[in-house]
Amino acid sequence: MREQYDMREIGHGDIALRTLEHKRGGYRLGQICALRTEGGYELLYSFIKDYHMTNYKVKIDEDTEIASISDIFPSAMLYENEMTELFGVKIKYINLDYHDKFFRIEQETPFK
Amino acid sequence: MAKRSVIPFGPQHPVLPEPIHLDLVLEDEKVVEAIPSVGFVHRGLEKLIEKKDFNEYQYVIERTCGICSFMHGMSYCEALERIFDAEVPARGKYLRTIWAEMSRLHSHLLWLGLLADAFGFESLFMQSWRMREKILDMFEASTGGRVIFSVNKVGGVLRDMDKDMLRSFVDAFDGMEKDIKALTSTFLNDFTVGSRLRDVGILTQKDVISLGAVGPMMRASGIAIDTRKLGYEAYGDLDFEIITSEDCDCYARCEVRIKEIFQSFDIIRQAVQKIPDGEISVQVKGTPNGEAFNRVEQPRGEAIYYVRGNGSMYLERVRVRTPTFTNLQALIKTLQGCQYADVPILILTIDPCISCTER
Repeated sequence: MREQYDMREIGHGDIALRTLEHKRGGYRLGQICALRTEGGYELLYSFIKDYHMTNYKVKIDEDTEIASISDIFPSAMLYENEMTELFGVKIKYINLDYHDKFFRIEQETPFK
Repeated sequence: MAKRSVIPFGPQHPVLPEPIHLDLVLEDEKVVEAIPSVGFVHRGLEKLIEKKDFNEYQYVIERTCGICSFMHGMSYCEALERIFDAEVPARGKYLRTIWAEMSRLHSHLLWLGLLADAFGFESLFMQSWRMREKILDMFEASTGGRVIFSVNKVGGVLRDMDKDMLRSFVDAFDGMEKDIKALTSTFLNDFTVGSRLRDVGILTQKDVISLGAVGPMMRASGIAIDTRKLGYEAYGDLDFEIITSEDCDCYARCEVRIKEIFQSFDIIRQAVQKIPDGEISVQVKGTPNGEAFNRVEQPRGEAIYYVRGNGSMYLERVRVRTPTFTNLQALIKTLQGCQYADVPILILTIDPCISCTER
């Protein structure tokens, strides 16, 4: 038996609203991750309630700055610091911003 | 007025099994804020996907963790099997389930030892790890490895276990169960242990949802969610109840993990009884093209895998969201307001795996 999950694409302006809706609906933050695409990024936001997982795909340009959701889900802070440091995603208003020092590595970040 | 000071805690500390650093803001002996730093052992495992093809990467991904190595390999293969739409033969699924539960056993026994060491019960620590050694011996007998097993492949498993081996494991469990019962009664009934664990590090159900805590951290706060109930591998054929506690404290987390040890014995017994004969893997042809999420219940909680292929031998992205990564925020919450002396116990009750977290 394989788990079924939803995957929808949304604009970057809708992230906060969707997050808030899920928070009010009793969902928890499953994960956030980034992947590089040509000229930009794809971000994946996952929310989980009981056994149901809903995922949102957000496509952004390299220069687009998005707002943090760490005010809504405090645990988003860790994911967002990781995306900023390792991928170079521009995120503003992170609750606890490590300013590219989340991982103490000698390699120059973000990785290209 | 209370004196405010900042105490650095870790990354090297006698109680810490792995490197995490916390800046603890104290008012006298009370912690009012904790700021975590990780990143001492980041290995760029997700980045390595650019250099290893999707088959080779199985051997990389299981090195994410020395405790859940089997489960990391299994989950990665499951995600790829979704993309390939490959169905693992029933025997392969049962073998994966047995090894996964053995991983849970050795992880929880390791954690019990670390906890005992943290509150100064050294004999209890050694006895817990003595039990764990027996599980590692079983891993060695069945896979050839004690830490890294390399028995998963996309489409099934690489090794089988014969009837005699499975029978010998189950027979050994009977004796182990008796010993572990005696051992864990100290954790659950000793007055001194209780005084260190009870009413310490309260995490309410609301906090669990808001902070995204998973696994025993979640279940010890009364939330009955266990990813195994999704029915992956052979779990859909096996009968088990989700173990929870309502106390929300360190004692509850300890109790949940102890009960899960006995549950794992039971799940393995059921699996050995029901395991069908037949093939242990299917051949998967081609290269992965598509994307998939996959979730499994590791000993520390739910892990999320995301895999994306572009039709070449090299995947575009592998993402591993480990349980400790999401439990860190819950740790920060439980540290706020605790006594300084309770910090080691609180860090241990999330069962932190920092090498997993940093990948």
